[in-house]
Amino acid sequence: MDFLLLSMVKIVAVLAYIYGLMWVLGHTKRWVKFLGVALAYGIIQIALSTEILTAFDRGLLFQASAITMVSLGLNLIYGFNGQFSLGQWGFYGIGAYTSADIAWRWVNGDASGFLAVLFGVVLVGFVIIGVGAFLQKVRGVPVISAFTLYLLGTVLAGAIAVGLAHLLSPLFAGGLGVTGAPGPLAQGLPLQLLFFVSVILAGAFSAEVSFLFGLPVLTLGSDYFGIATLGFTIVVNTLMVNSDTILPFPEMKGGRGMVGVPQMNEFAWLWVFVFMLLVIIVMRNLIHSSTGRTIMAVREDEIAAKAMGIDIAQTKLLAFIFGSLFAGIGGAVYAHSTGTSFLSPGTFTFLVGFNPLIIIVFGGLGSMTGTIAASFGWIFFLEGMLRVLLGQLGTEAPTWRFVLYPITLLLLMLIRPQGLLGLVEWGFLKAKIHPLRRSAAADAAADSAKLS
Amino acid sequence: MNTPQQPLLNIQGLTKFFGGLCAVKDFSMTLNAGDLAGLIGPNGAGKTTAFNLITGIYHPTQGEIDFNGESMVGLEPFEITRKGIGRTFQNIRLFPNLTVLDNVCVSYHPHAGYNLVDSILRNHRYGAREKELVERAQDFLAIFKLEGIQNEQAKNLPYGEQRRVEIARALACNPRLLLLDEPAAGMNPREIVDLMEMIHFIRDRFGLTILLIEHQMRFVMGICEKLTVMDFGEVIARGTPKEIQDDPRVVEAYLGKGAAHVS
Repeated sequence: MDFLLLSMVKIVAVLAYIYGLMWVLGHTKRWVKFLGVALAYGIIQIALSTEILTAFDRGLLFQASAITMVSLGLNLIYGFNGQFSLGQWGFYGIGAYTSADIAWRWVNGDASGFLAVLFGVVLVGFVIIGVGAFLQKVRGVPVISAFTLYLLGTVLAGAIAVGLAHLLSPLFAGGLGVTGAPGPLAQGLPLQLLFFVSVILAGAFSAEVSFLFGLPVLTLGSDYFGIATLGFTIVVNTLMVNSDTILPFPEMKGGRGMVGVPQMNEFAWLWVFVFMLLVIIVMRNLIHSSTGRTIMAVREDEIAAKAMGIDIAQTKLLAFIFGSLFAGIGGAVYAHSTGTSFLSPGTFTFLVGFNPLIIIVFGGLGSMTGTIAASFGWIFFLEGMLRVLLGQLGTEAPTWRFVLYPITLLLLMLIRPQGLLGLVEWGFLKAKIHPLRRSAAADAAADSAKLS
Repeated sequence: MNTPQQPLLNIQGLTKFFGGLCAVKDFSMTLNAGDLAGLIGPNGAGKTTAFNLITGIYHPTQGEIDFNGESMVGLEPFEITRKGIGRTFQNIRLFPNLTVLDNVCVSYHPHAGYNLVDSILRNHRYGAREKELVERAQDFLAIFKLEGIQNEQAKNLPYGEQRRVEIARALACNPRLLLLDEPAAGMNPREIVDLMEMIHFIRDRFGLTILLIEHQMRFVMGICEKLTVMDFGEVIARGTPKEIQDDPRVVEAYLGKGAAHVS
């Protein structure tokens, strides 16, 4: 019974924490904002350092933060843009494995992973911009031809990047040391900075993959798009399982799982917090802008959006790219923060991939607050509370949580179909409500006075 | 560029087949700047298809559409809108879960004046332009007497107000030619009188050319300066409302053969 109470307290505390953070971020005074954010970071950091939060809680916290980023990305794609996607988990996996591989090679005296992804991301970025500008001039190119052009450019850029990486990686050999005896660049602060860069690179890599994948696939109708993205998640998972045989990455060890993924350790909460905050801020700024309005308009009515001068294909692609960027960042953060230094393809199967979808529906489609709250609630409820609670009833009992959980979801959908928080947003995430003009306000008041 | 001799909209030989069905056949029409013209005809005559062809929702099988001296055939709908053709829909297509203000602001997107990077960084340009954009939209709503309901979700509005929001949203695209698809559908006689006043008002205020589809004859005859009548995808008559009323082919199309003798 104690445990049940404690779990409830934890969930309430987490929700209060999120509310407080959003309130502070939404504050108009800049110093309050900075102080509040520092405080929000500090509280958890102290609780982690003094081990008030156990290793178990710590695992839940980092997992929930990673899931928050992934689910926010999916909410952008499905909740705000209306494109039913099951591919989010694939991008999550790509982010996790990319960043894990960069860091693994780095601490084992090989900079080629870092350099290849760095050059690859930059060069492919240029290719995408260049080909895009070219296609703007040459009109009427069918989507598949455009895709082929992009793909050829990407393959070429990738080959150049890998070549350059192998050419330049010996330069780092001295600083990185060898396996077992890491040099100055492969430990301490430089390693922590590498984590920061590699998380961003992993996110950018996911985003570029999503651009190439989304270009042809987003022209499909809603349901077909869902199936295609499900296929994407399965393809990514299959590649992970066979990464040491059909892909040239022996260190990923295929289906056995990647061991020895470098961990952020004492810096973990700092990076997790920074990235989660960045994702939340970027997404909120995107949603509450002119582009964000077009993203929502496409969800509401595609034909009307077209007739109002909105480039539908571009808008869908944009939402998809940003969603995948967030997923990639979430995956990379997850790979380095859990503390187990182990990545298994089993984490990235398509069945688990329904989790973000469940979270965003649970929290409310089109509600950022709902997604954040549901991500934390989901992890603490499913993993934290139910697993331990049922564990006390017997060894087989934890299996029941996958019965209790869908029932909870079912009940919620019956009672509150718009999701837990519906369209409610807290503090920082609220859309600015433009006040009525003075004369208009007076008119409205007069109208209501007349009616009453 | 647009000399008085050159028509604003010039459609020649427009034809659209859906499979074997010919929805619009050899449709031609010319509109000069400032015209207020009507397109009428019985149900299924191909009027809305003609609108969808002009705005690029469908691509024509054959024919030419010149707007302001430029060919519109093969352009995407959003490009056609940005060139200056706005439209409303027969069955209202607002963005139901967005507020009235956001509905109008969406149309401003192509000329919002700030880009994605500005919005993510929330820099000064974003602040200034967004404020300007919202103010412009509010001014706009004031013209249509919608300023009091700017924060309502569009789906919660009564029918007449939804129509007005739709027209406001189309005008926010800054068009030179406005296509109205049955603007008076479902309106009561008083609302129709208001609508007629409003259409005259927006034409003068924004220097528009207006082409509208309508079934309510009182409305069409009262407001349009010239009419084109379609039946079975073909133009069967054109002229002033007076000429159209007396045209036996039009009476036949609406009431059937022999009706002309009865009246």
